[in-house]
Amino acid sequence: MRPRLARLVRFASLALFTACSGPAPGPAAAPRPSAPPAPAAPDKLLPPSAFASIEPPAARSQALFAEASRVLLHARCVNCHPPDDSPRQGDAHAFHDPPAVRGPADRGVPAMQCGSCHQDQNLPYARVPGAPDWHLAPVEMAWLGRSSAQICAQLSDPRRNGQKTLAQIQHHLAHDALVGWGWGPGHGRSAPPGSQVELGALFQAWIDTGAVCPAGEEKRP
Amino acid sequence: MKLDVNGQAREVEADPEMPLLWVLRDLLGLTGTKYGCGEALCGACTVHLDGNAVRSCVTPVRRAAGKKIVTIEGLSPRGDHPLQQAWAELGVPQCGFCQAGQIMSAAALLAASPKPTDEEIDRSLAGNLCRCGTYVRIRAAVRKAAGV
Repeated sequence: MRPRLARLVRFASLALFTACSGPAPGPAAAPRPSAPPAPAAPDKLLPPSAFASIEPPAARSQALFAEASRVLLHARCVNCHPPDDSPRQGDAHAFHDPPAVRGPADRGVPAMQCGSCHQDQNLPYARVPGAPDWHLAPVEMAWLGRSSAQICAQLSDPRRNGQKTLAQIQHHLAHDALVGWGWGPGHGRSAPPGSQVELGALFQAWIDTGAVCPAGEEKRP
Repeated sequence: MKLDVNGQAREVEADPEMPLLWVLRDLLGLTGTKYGCGEALCGACTVHLDGNAVRSCVTPVRRAAGKKIVTIEGLSPRGDHPLQQAWAELGVPQCGFCQAGQIMSAAALLAASPKPTDEEIDRSLAGNLCRCGTYVRIRAAVRKAAGV
């Protein structure tokens, strides 16, 4: 074989070998982290960006809901989402005193309507909490005593969320004045972590990642 | 601020956040409505706004503007509302301090539910405390006024 032809054959053989064996292996690629981020401080919420590295997206979605549920499970929220006819008050979920009841429209009964006492804003001198349209959540939306996974299932079920879309629920959480009261409850009452805006962002990110509910109950501090 | 109190147009100079009870008692001299706890916990200060019972001790007067305010003095022209008659006939009051609030709450109940059950009575009057313990007579008087 003439030298020029021999070089051509060697080049062709090398090209064929390379094409069949793929790129040469380099340093091992680092796996994308899937561990959740470090927990936020008790009074803070992690932003959606803190969960961006979690893979797969379903796990990221579940983690986003778990973070949002730190608000949903707070006493300021669940006290008005009772599974029975009695609103609760305080961080220990004591029965409402005086003994108010749900009534047919979730706003009390004659002479004991929510608006008989609760005003459109907190009353510092009387310690009565207030916000526009003070009322209970419908009983089918009960959250008190339920896990974040159970609440997530309810939120995702139109039969148990007032026939709302997830976008409508996100708008309710992010903009409703009664929801917003939770972060300004007055008279030394504890507030849920973060802010209403941050909750809205987390919930939107949960929707955007597929709205995957937690598989089970996670431990809560 | 212009108010409609017991069917009369009244005008008061008051901070919009002043409790309605203060306006009624101190500025208008309508002392039938009582001050009990000041925190919406006892019901002694109950009046009606457009027919709905409210605790006037925690109701900013601005909320009452444009609404019909009715106090115990205005419940009936001659004080002969069926509840007031039943109260007198059954001798319901003991010390009497809570009775104006009790009657105003009961009147709101009967307006919404003319023939209430005992459970409805108990639920609607649960926010009106009587330290003399006349609850049995109160319920009986509400039933009598309702004709049940």
